[in-house]
Amino acid sequence: MKDVKVSIRDLYKVFGRRPQRVYEGLLEGKDRGELTKDNHVIALEDVSLDIMPGEVFVIMGLSGSGKSTLARCINGLIKPTSGSVFIDDEDLTKMNSKQLRETRRKKISMVFQDFGLFPHLNVLDNVAYGLKIQGIDEEERYDKADEAIKQVGLDGWKMKYPDQLSGGMQQRVGIARALTNDPDILIMDEAFSALDPLIRGDMQDELIELQRVMKKTIIFITHDLDEAIKIGDRIVLMKDGKVIQVGTSKDILMNPADDYVRRFVEDIDKNKVFTASQVMRDPIALADITQNPEGIMELIDENELDSIFVVNSNNVLQGLLRREDIETAIEENARNITKYLDFDFTKVRKNRVLESLLVPLANSNEPIAIVSSENKILGVVVRSYIFESMVGGKE
Amino acid sequence: MIDNIPVIPLADIINKFFNNNIDKITPVTKKISSGLGVFIDGFESFLNFMNPFVFIIIIGLLTWFLLKEKKLSVVFMVLLGVILVLGLWKDAMSTLALVITGTIVSLIIGVPIGIASGLNDTAEKIIRPIMDFMQTLPSFVYLIPAVMFFSLGKVAALAAILIFSMPPAVRLTSLGIREVPEDKIEASRSFGATKSQILFGVQLPLALKTIMTGVNQSIMMALSMSVVAAMIGAGGLGRSVLTAMQTVDIGMGVEGGLGIVILAIILDRATEKLAQKN
Repeated sequence: MKDVKVSIRDLYKVFGRRPQRVYEGLLEGKDRGELTKDNHVIALEDVSLDIMPGEVFVIMGLSGSGKSTLARCINGLIKPTSGSVFIDDEDLTKMNSKQLRETRRKKISMVFQDFGLFPHLNVLDNVAYGLKIQGIDEEERYDKADEAIKQVGLDGWKMKYPDQLSGGMQQRVGIARALTNDPDILIMDEAFSALDPLIRGDMQDELIELQRVMKKTIIFITHDLDEAIKIGDRIVLMKDGKVIQVGTSKDILMNPADDYVRRFVEDIDKNKVFTASQVMRDPIALADITQNPEGIMELIDENELDSIFVVNSNNVLQGLLRREDIETAIEENARNITKYLDFDFTKVRKNRVLESLLVPLANSNEPIAIVSSENKILGVVVRSYIFESMVGGKE
Repeated sequence: MIDNIPVIPLADIINKFFNNNIDKITPVTKKISSGLGVFIDGFESFLNFMNPFVFIIIIGLLTWFLLKEKKLSVVFMVLLGVILVLGLWKDAMSTLALVITGTIVSLIIGVPIGIASGLNDTAEKIIRPIMDFMQTLPSFVYLIPAVMFFSLGKVAALAAILIFSMPPAVRLTSLGIREVPEDKIEASRSFGATKSQILFGVQLPLALKTIMTGVNQSIMMALSMSVVAAMIGAGGLGRSVLTAMQTVDIGMGVEGGLGIVILAIILDRATEKLAQKN
């Protein structure tokens, strides 16, 4: 429990007139359709999750999957029918309304899809709202609000009213307002869904940038898998109020838990998600810079290669040696291969996405070298590896 | 056939109730009556004490600088001038005192009731039919109990005006609060606001425009009721109209009617602009 920021245990939420009865029916294993006949909705069913401090945890699902309900259970805006929500080992569901308010004031802030800004307050007062509620005096709350406004890049817009700002700017105000309280946990409910695609992309980048500095625990709700993959450290996929799969984006893309998830991830452009390090393989053979041409020729023939990467004793990449160049070296009776090395090949760092490898691979048959920051060779990528990664998980 | 159906003697029951209880109620109503009477009379004599020209200029300046409506300011001053030259000034001030007092009291009572009805569904279910009843019951009907409790005079007129002008204040306050978008309230809650912080910091400010429409409606209702209330001693412009009716004096009727229309225009436009400013 020590390293968990938010721990959700056996959470159930039923909307309707008699939630308790439906909940008990679920435990007894009664039919869902039968239980929800009289206008009951089972929003959450047996949800257990652990969210770690400092991670971006994405709750992902289509509308009606219970993701927003789950988010609202985490800050107590919705009271679950059964189960517990622990925040730093304190059970939110057992708190009285005063303790709950205190938790919301100090520990959790929320950013809303439709921004939820107050139209009668200017940007500064909107951002300072959380502190005003706590009874903090004007000078202090404006100081802190100023800081948050700077953080989201809205300096100079303080005195404007929400309806004078564009959607993207309004959501910046929403984020600044949530940051002013300096909460441990930030809940972002479809925070970027109402923005147009270009602005959305920018905001995602900025959030990632901001998170690098602030290291909050962010719970991000979205229905957009691309967004989930882009910003999430871990993702939980929900359907009909149940957890279908939890894991990193790669886990979910590579090993979908069931057909539903598989259909979900089908349309994802994996080239934008996977990085070079995930498809690279160990080189079949490497030549040492001190080897003579005959030895290298033998190595190439053995492995049926057209070219080979050459490294020094520290595994630092020296260059590429092609079959025809080795033949020339042998003809010329060279004892050292250094001058036959070719440097006209592609090498990339391991965290580059596959998309950036596609053009070089399309233009040449040669392998791409994946290198570390010290130029040590970590692996190679050839065309077939890319294709194999795309069908991965379906074999 | 219809003669065979037993008839409930509702009229008798109500009469009996009032006759039996009037002694218990009147001591209380007498006190209220004298308190309100002093207020209305004081207000009226204050308005009449002021030089009409000073009054007209003050209204003009307030409209010009507070509402920032230059054209309207001129229109208001001209209209008040018309009242003055028609010799309706005293009556108009008397009506104005009654209408403004009526509106203030109906807001003091109506807005809190409206808030309760806006926040609570059960409260709304109880309050709404009462408001319907108050608004649709023919106004002449409650002139009678008003006179019984407060005896003929301005306070009885005020009571009648209150019953008529309170419903819009209640209804529109309730509507305004219900119209506040859920996401604003949720945002407020998510930051740990208490119920009263939400009410005063979010719901009321956002409902203000609708509430101001209610204030406007309330004033209009009070003004229209001031004519009917002339029958039980409201005085003012209403009495001119009533007397004109009784004596078939068309000219006098038009004069009194014109005065009421002018007051209506001024009060309506002024409160409308005030609502827009928010």
